[in-house]
Formats: sequence, C-alpha cells, structure tokens
Amino acid sequence: MRLSPLKLLCRALAWAIYALLGVGIVWGLVALVRMNGPVYFFQAVVDGLRLGFVYALIALGYTMVYGIVRLINFAHGDVFMVGAFASYFAITRYGWSFVPAILFAMVVCTLLNIVIERVAYKPLRQAPRIAALITAIGVSFFLEYFTALKFVFSADFITYKRPFEVVVWKIGGVMITNITVIIIVVTTLLLLVLQYIVYRTKMGKAMRATSMDNAAARLMGINVDGVISLTFAIGAALAGAAGVLYAIAFPQIITFMGIMPGLKAFVAAVLGGIGNIPGAFIGSLLMGEIDVLVVSFLPMGSRLRDLFAFLVLIVVFLVKPTGILGEAQVEKV
Amino acid sequence: MSFAKADKLRLPAWIPTLLVAVAIYVGVWYAGSSGLLNAYWYQVVQIAAFTAISALGLNLIYGFNGQFSLGHIGFYAIGAYGSALVTKDYLAKWSGSQVGGLSWMLAGILGVIIVMALIRLARFGRINARVRAFLGADLKQHELGTIVVLVDLVLVALTLALGTVCAWALQRALGWALGALFGALSPAVAQVVVFAIALLAGASLAAVVAYLIGMALLRLGSDYFGIATLGFAIMIYTALQSSDLVIPTMKGARGMVGIPLWTTWSWAFGALCLVLIVMRNLLYSSHGRAIVSVREDEVAARMMGIDVAQSKTVAFAFGGFFAGLAGGLYAHLFGFLHPSTFNIVKGFDPLIIIVLGGLGSMTGTVMASILFALLIEGLRVVLPQGSEDWRFVIYPIFLLLIMLLRKQGLMGRTEWGWLRAPLPPARDIPVPDHLALSVAGEHKEG
Repeated sequence: MRLSPLKLLCRALAWAIYALLGVGIVWGLVALVRMNGPVYFFQAVVDGLRLGFVYALIALGYTMVYGIVRLINFAHGDVFMVGAFASYFAITRYGWSFVPAILFAMVVCTLLNIVIERVAYKPLRQAPRIAALITAIGVSFFLEYFTALKFVFSADFITYKRPFEVVVWKIGGVMITNITVIIIVVTTLLLLVLQYIVYRTKMGKAMRATSMDNAAARLMGINVDGVISLTFAIGAALAGAAGVLYAIAFPQIITFMGIMPGLKAFVAAVLGGIGNIPGAFIGSLLMGEIDVLVVSFLPMGSRLRDLFAFLVLIVVFLVKPTGILGEAQVEKV
Repeated sequence: MSFAKADKLRLPAWIPTLLVAVAIYVGVWYAGSSGLLNAYWYQVVQIAAFTAISALGLNLIYGFNGQFSLGHIGFYAIGAYGSALVTKDYLAKWSGSQVGGLSWMLAGILGVIIVMALIRLARFGRINARVRAFLGADLKQHELGTIVVLVDLVLVALTLALGTVCAWALQRALGWALGALFGALSPAVAQVVVFAIALLAGASLAAVVAYLIGMALLRLGSDYFGIATLGFAIMIYTALQSSDLVIPTMKGARGMVGIPLWTTWSWAFGALCLVLIVMRNLLYSSHGRAIVSVREDEVAARMMGIDVAQSKTVAFAFGGFFAGLAGGLYAHLFGFLHPSTFNIVKGFDPLIIIVLGGLGSMTGTVMASILFALLIEGLRVVLPQGSEDWRFVIYPIFLLLIMLLRKQGLMGRTEWGWLRAPLPPARDIPVPDHLALSVAGEHKEG
C-alpha cells in the first residue's frame, strides 16, 4: 500500500522518536556508569538491592493485609520498629546469636500484631473503612510515642550491636558484605515459605478466597476472622524479620525509624500492584534501587530521595493506575 | 382543599448563629485583652480557629466530596510559605523591592490560569481526534499514539511559552501598580492590605496547585488517590527542606525567620467566618449538590449529567484554598516556619479532626478543631512537669476510644443553626383533602 508523503513523514517521525528515546536511555545509563566509574555504579546497585530486599519483607505484610481487609495498616512500620528493638534486646541483654534473635523478633511482632488486630481493627470490621484507617494511625502514634518514653526504649538513637562480625568480599572492586548476603538469603527463604503457605496449603487457599470475596468465602464455610488474624500474624512476622535485617544493615535504631521505611514499602507495594505478592517484590526492588541511585548520583541526593520515590509513584499512577502487576478492577454498579 | 399552614413567624436561622458568633468573638477578645486568658491560651484559641479552617477544607474534599486525601498538609505548607514570602518581602525586601515577591507570585498564579484557559480553548480532544482521523487508517496504533503525544507536547509547549510571556508582562505591570498603591496608603492601612493580599495570594497558590493535582489524579480510585496525595505532601515536605536552593530567604531545613507577627484573634476569627460562609453557600448551591452527589454515588451522579471531574477539581481547589489560608495565618502567628512543621505525621491532624467531628458536618469540624487544640495543648498543661512525653501516648488512646465507641464522629452529618440546609421560603402549600390524611398517616408510621 502506498502512503502519501505526509503520512510517510509522520511514520518516520514516530520511529525517529523511538530511536531518540532508545538512544537517550542507553546514553543516560552509560553516562551514569561512567560518571563515577563502573565500580561506584555497581556498588550503588548492590546497595539498592540490599535495601530493596528489606523493603520487600515489609511490603508483603502491607500488601497481604490490604488484599484481605482493604486496610492501609499504618501501624505496620511500627511493628517493624518493634522487631528491630526486640532483637536489640535479645542480642545485647541476653547475648543471643543471629538466628534466635530474628526468630524472637518475629514471634514478638506476631503476638503484637495479633493483639493490635483484636483490639483496634476487629471491632471496626463492619464500620466504614476510614474508621479502621484512623485507628491504624492511632495505633501507629501510640507505638511510636509509647516506646519513646524513657522507661521503654527512650527517644534517642541507640547503636545496634551486630550479632556477627562483618565480612567483606571484593568482586571486581565492588564490596559485598555478608550483611547483603544474609539479607538476600533470609528474604528469599521467607518469600519461599510465604509462597508455599499462600499457594500450597489449605489456609493459603482460604486466604486467597477471602481476598477475592470476603462474603462468599464466609458462605463457603471459611473462618474469615481466623484468616484475617493469620494474615496479620504472617505480615508481622515478616516485618519483624525486616526490622532485624534493617537494623543490621543500618545499625542506628530509634522508635521513629519505622515511619519512612514503612511508607516506602507501602508505596512499593502499590507500585507493584497492591494485593499482589510478586508485584510487591518487584516494586520493592525498584524502590530500593531508586533510593540508593538518587542518593549516589544526584547532588543533594540524600535530601531529595523521598521526593523521587514519590515522584516515581505518581508517574506510575498516571501511566498505569493499578501498579505494575495490578489488574484493573471493574467497579460493579 | 385545606392548607398546610406555614409558620410565618419563623426566625431566620442566621440571627441566632450571628449572635453566637458575635458573642464568641467579643468574649474571646475581651478575655484576651483583659488578661483573663493569658497569652498562651489566647494563642491556642487562634490555633483552634485556623485548624478549623484547614479541617473544613479537608471536610469539603473528603467529607462532602468523598475523595480520600492525605495530602492536605501540603497545601497548608504552600499557603504558609507563600504568604510568608510576601509579607517578609514587604518588610525586608528580600527580592530587592517591596512588592517583587508578591508580583511574581500573583503573576505566576495568573500565568497558570492563562495556560489552563488556553489549553481548554485549544480543545486538545478535538485536535487529537483530527490527527487520528487523518492518519488513523494507515498507521499502526502505537505510531499513531506517539504522533498524538508529540502534537500535544508541542501544543503544551506553545501555550506554556505564551503563558510565561503573559506572566512576565503581568509581573512588570503588577510590580509597578502595587508599588504605587502601597506608596499611596498610610503604613497602618498598607499593613492590613498587604496581609490580606498575602493571605489571599498564598491561599490562591495552594488552590491552583490543588486544582492541577486534582486534575492529574482524578481517575485514581479512593485509596490510590489517598496514597498519591500523601506522596504529594511528602514531596512538598522534602522540597521545602531544599527550598533555599531556589529562594535563599526560605532557608530550607534551617527554618524561615523574620515573618511579621500579624495574625490576631480578629484575623483568625474573621477568616473562619468567611470560610464558613463561603463553604456553606457553596454546598447549598447547585455546584454543592453536585459535589455531594459525587460522594454518594459517582456513577449515578455521572448518569444524572453531573460533570464529575469538574465537581471533584472544584472541591479540591476550594479545599486547598482553605488549607492555604490556614497556613498563612499559622505562619504569621509564630513568625517562624520549618519544614518539620509540615511533616506527614502532622498531616494526619485534619483527617483525625474531621472524622472526630463527623464527615460531612461543618459544625462538627469546628467543634472537633476546638476540642483538638484544647486536648493537645491542654494535656501539656494538665500533665505534671516532665511528663510531656505522655501527651502523644494519651492522645492516640483517646482517638482509639472515640473511634471504637462513636464511629460516626461527634455530629455525624448534622449541622446547627445557619449551617443547616436552608429551608424553602415559608408559604402555604395547598394539599387536597384526601391526600392530607394519608400523608399524615405515613408520616406517623415512618
């Protein structure tokens, strides 16, 4: 088929734009790598990966709770903080090693989150969703400020004592510590366990059913309240583990440390498509990379990191409002 | 035929409300000036007034229009910094002239409005449709999309350029006119005028930003909208920390100083009354009914022919305006602005207030704002020395109890006095006899 010259020009224009975009992206990446040398760049990528894996553990709790009860559990970041503190006491007071400490933190967080769910969310199951959201904010404030009291954890930064010596390996100049390896291994392990629970057990099937249709699941004889409690418990266990890993990676803990990682992880969950487990994982890795790359490469990066994290969120919303892996939900009338 | 008798002697609802307002104003003014209320509590009362203004804005957005916004503190911050820049300029001439900051800000706001008007005039939808019609049959879908985006980008760039030129010209004209105006006024009058203009400029800036944000995020569902607006608030917060890179006098993370202490009880109370009047009249107009209908059922509202997008952006812009106004009053009460005042933790305050007072109740919002200010500040006084840390432990417990015991908030959706929906004018309504009875009967049953 022959096209008129003008239309041919338009087609050429479109392809020129594609080429320009492609060249621009490649050129940008090359410039980024060459700016401070490839070692610097790959170091930042590795650090971003480390942060992203921690975010993933927090984000999973958010996304699972949201998937089941449609509640943005603002207290999740503070449960994460409690996990860090629990392991701090286990390590410095009782001299426990890493594995018991992380298990202890997970158990503490699980119990805490089950109590929170019983006291603050369960009575509001039938209320408008905003009511539960407000109580979530209330619980979040309570955890932050109560633990900041002098006789609890105090409101100062506390230096976290790592339960093991830091070992550094150099691969082509890029420093990889055993912390990074432990974070990736622990997160992967927990993710596999989670995947097993959600897709291979009866309880997981009940969870998926509840997240699809709460009322129908109840009619099918599923113990919905039990499923919700279990979801909160699993989410808290993951958050507790994340708290320990985060504290090991950045060994300064304070009772307000949960706010920003919590928010970032939530954004990561939304970025990936909320209610979607692989989505939360991908979104978290992306978020970790954005965080570290902005800090490493932009002037004033450490000040602007939060700005970029949320800028990316808004751009993703404008392009694909349900997140990267989210499915469009058709509202039934 | 009988007549349902109208009560001819019905007292207009605004009379008792006006009396109460005057009583409150005079009472607090007298208590403040006679020393009955010490300086600290006098300040707390003013805080309550502008907290109410900000919360009313959020109630318009969330309580009446049903859009779950977590970014209200961002508009508050814009209003605070915007108005503070203007008044500081008037005193300290940081921009080089007395009205430089003001004229730039007004010109910028007008420039944005001009660009938006041009974009509306250019009717992108029609241009895009023409381009599609011309090329549609021959090009692949993605090629077509790229071309359309390119055309739109070129058009936007043109309108932006035109808007910038307009803004630049306006700035010159405004700078000259305002300089002449302030030169002609006596200093005392000029101060009042400058403060009023500064508050309006800051609030308008917040409103314009709110309009643009609202337009961009319109199609997001409720929770996504909440998160996106939360992201907006955090972006404003982080941007403010580096604001000294753009405007040195904003001082970034060190905090802006040298803002005149011009907010008084009269200003705060006057602004609150003005906001209540505007909001009440907006809500009971046809625009207001459209806004409320979007909350009730968006799809049904659209099917009734309501421009859902417009009513959302209008509500959002008004809400942003109110927040900006409150921010301006805040800035001139303390004379010091720091980004940490506008962090997201503080951003939950207006949300908590409107839920406490009742979503969709202006009366409830005002009451809850007063309670909130008294609670936060009162706990500071009541608690024994050295245990101020307990303030934010007790406050969430209180919040939890309210939510668990009274989910609909203090007022639900009811209003008091003049804020109630106006009744139709009193007149005798003819009722056929056979209907009069059945209507009465039904009423009894219901």
